[in-house]
Amino acid sequence: MNQTLGRGTIFISYFILAVAAVIALFPPSLMVISSLKKSTEIVANPLALPSALQWNNFSRAWTDAQLGRSLLNSTETTGLAVILICSTCSLAAYALAQRTGPGLRWISAYLLGTTTLPIQLYLFPLYFGFAHLGLIDNVFALSFVYAAVFSPFAIFLLRTYFLAIPKELEEAAVIDGANRWQIFYNVLLPLVSPGILTVALISGLNIWNEFLISSTFLQSHDQQTAVVRFYTLGGQYSSDWGEIMAAAILIVAPAVGLFLLMQRRFIQGMAAGSVKG
Amino acid sequence: MAFFEWDGASTPAFVGLDNFRTIFGDPVFFSALFNNIKWTVIFLTIPIAMGLGAGSLLLVARRGRTFFQVVYFLPVIIATVVVARVWQGMIYNPESGLVGWFKFYGITLADPLTQPPTALYAVASVDLWHWWGFLAVIFFAAYRQVDSAQIEAAVIDGASFFQLMRYVLIPAIRPTITLMIIMTIIWSFLAFDFVYVLTQGGPAYASEVLSTLSYRYAFYNYTMGPAAAVALVISFFGLIATFFYVRIQQREGVQ
Repeated sequence: MNQTLGRGTIFISYFILAVAAVIALFPPSLMVISSLKKSTEIVANPLALPSALQWNNFSRAWTDAQLGRSLLNSTETTGLAVILICSTCSLAAYALAQRTGPGLRWISAYLLGTTTLPIQLYLFPLYFGFAHLGLIDNVFALSFVYAAVFSPFAIFLLRTYFLAIPKELEEAAVIDGANRWQIFYNVLLPLVSPGILTVALISGLNIWNEFLISSTFLQSHDQQTAVVRFYTLGGQYSSDWGEIMAAAILIVAPAVGLFLLMQRRFIQGMAAGSVKG
Repeated sequence: MAFFEWDGASTPAFVGLDNFRTIFGDPVFFSALFNNIKWTVIFLTIPIAMGLGAGSLLLVARRGRTFFQVVYFLPVIIATVVVARVWQGMIYNPESGLVGWFKFYGITLADPLTQPPTALYAVASVDLWHWWGFLAVIFFAAYRQVDSAQIEAAVIDGASFFQLMRYVLIPAIRPTITLMIIMTIIWSFLAFDFVYVLTQGGPAYASEVLSTLSYRYAFYNYTMGPAAAVALVISFFGLIATFFYVRIQQREGVQ
């Protein structure tokens, strides 16, 4: 297409793409620059480069916000939820990809329907249920909520992977005397492992970044996830933007690092699952 | 829940449609609903147009494609709370942000988040920034599936860039656009994070949407019934959108 389009068109295209890239990068760059400035410097000129690099913003953010503790909470709740999602949803997706009966269409429709429902619909009853059971402030209990919330997306995505496997493969395994579990575990699971990795990345990212559910279920400072802790930090030290931006970078870094390493899989997974982050 | 009166602690009591009478009698409910409709209109037009445009430009720009995709997708990866705080502190804040930087040039601007007329649009801009790159990448992926011979033929016939989009590219990826339109409608009624973090629905309910109103009923007023009633109204819009989506899919499956 480049051969046939004029040079002018190509130049303008690159120009517009570059402008869009600047817009996309401007707030994160401000975040990085500000994280290395004194708060007085930020107020004096928000756009200037730091006169001296204030690395102590990071150490102060780490101690003031107890970020070590809250990052660990995030890791725990995300980790358990991802394990739950990958194990249960691969089984459910296999079942939904297998037999095509009238009942399964209803299950699919039900799962699709749940993705459109607002979290508020079940958040409040669930909250009081959890409170009754003494599970508030329990990061592992929260994982089960997340596993339920992200299951429909995971099942739909994994189902497409199971559907892509030729039927003959499974039939061959049956002839060789494999039972259903062996077929699933030894034959099919290795083939859908790219799908499972995608599901793990996308649901992991969304859970890491999730705010509404975690802020409702985790209330004491010690148990909060990093994102919720960051939210309360803004309220406490609202003038010290250098420190807040340093904390922001520490929270965002794991997600962005993973994204840059595996951007192709992230983009494909988000496109396939159409989840809003 | 929507038909009960409950404060979260005592035994729920059945009250029929009283909760719906409560929310329909609350003027904030209607302004929140109207804000959701405004939000939907904004997100159905601006980011989809930006996504379609940037996606097609990526098709032209062969070199650096991956770089641009990664850059556009980066805001999607950053946690909404972090994005919200960065915009709040570094852009909108009249002391420490870009808005304050204009004072060097004698332009004094107020924080758009604190002004009732602009609050909703200021919040929507942040979500727009966070969101449009996703659509650009999705639409680009869809464009790449378009038969390149078709594109070449149109270009050889002397089609301009806009004619190419209007007659070849956009019709070819119509199913993707339809899906994104339906999803946008659903998500617009679910919008919560940015509103909650940036303005909490304020000032004076100017940026209140249904989801934050529901949250307010539940965790500020401890009235679960109206909270559930508002959530049901949100679900209603989501289910309508899903219904249309399933219908459209079925029709396309028949053809």
